[in-house]
Amino acid sequence: MKTPYLFAAFLVLPLAARADKLVIPANAPPAFEAECGACHLAFPPALLDAKGWRRVMTQLDNHYGDNAGLDDKTRQAIETFLVQNAGGDKVSGAPLAKGEPPRLTATPWFKRKHHEVPAKVWQDPKVKSPANCAACHRRAAAGSYREREIVMPDGRRWEEKEDD
Amino acid sequence: MRTAPFPILVLLVAPLMASVQAATPADLLKGYSAEARAQQAGFTPSAQRGAAFYARTFGVSAKMPACTSCHTADPAKAGRHVVTDKPIKPLAPAANPERFTDLAKADKWFGRNCKEVVGRDCTAAEKADFVAFVTGGR
Repeated sequence: MKTPYLFAAFLVLPLAARADKLVIPANAPPAFEAECGACHLAFPPALLDAKGWRRVMTQLDNHYGDNAGLDDKTRQAIETFLVQNAGGDKVSGAPLAKGEPPRLTATPWFKRKHHEVPAKVWQDPKVKSPANCAACHRRAAAGSYREREIVMPDGRRWEEKEDD
Repeated sequence: MRTAPFPILVLLVAPLMASVQAATPADLLKGYSAEARAQQAGFTPSAQRGAAFYARTFGVSAKMPACTSCHTADPAKAGRHVVTDKPIKPLAPAANPERFTDLAKADKWFGRNCKEVVGRDCTAAEKADFVAFVTGGR
């Protein structure tokens, strides 16, 4: 009987699809894209836990070595949004250097998702930073992180990597 | 009687509308110049000084030693954030008409970038010179 399998597929598919999608929640204040997105991809809040976002937002004058200072009203609006939509324990970040906030590229989830990525890719001048999602996830700005959309810095699709 | 609230509403809303209304780069240049004159009698903005400031290597930040680190040597060209690689639209209003049309936005970026690259707040004179340079004024 095929029916139970089909049924199971319907249960699993929405979950699988969701893992490829990391959209910005619709209740984002306009300042979120305008401010965060001015210097880097406006990261989906689910990529870091609430504690991490609070740490990020309380030291914007030292934002991973960059000054990202905001007026207090804007800062508060963005922090509230990030905390409300934050991820859980799997995205509990760690700082890479002393005194900096936790990084969303140093969470257990991020590391697991990227463990197959060779070191030389991270060091590629076209990548610059592991937080440069769009370097490989070409549709990251639209919230889409599907595996088949990944194009490595050398121009090859991630799915072709086995041909090495 | 019924119409009474209307003028009150207008009075409340008018200042908001004014703040949203776009300024021009010339307005910003005028504002910074006036501020500079208050500190330094007889100040006149200089695009040449602005160009020198733009090209100067301050060396305060290892990754961003100069304006040109991210904005390239030509403010009419698009740049890239040296850490994140995010594209940056040209600074020159001739190439990007949005630039220097919002005082709060200009102040915010001078605030951040001066501290970071120059190592301190920029003076009103430096901002005036900078705007004179990127707008191609004298």
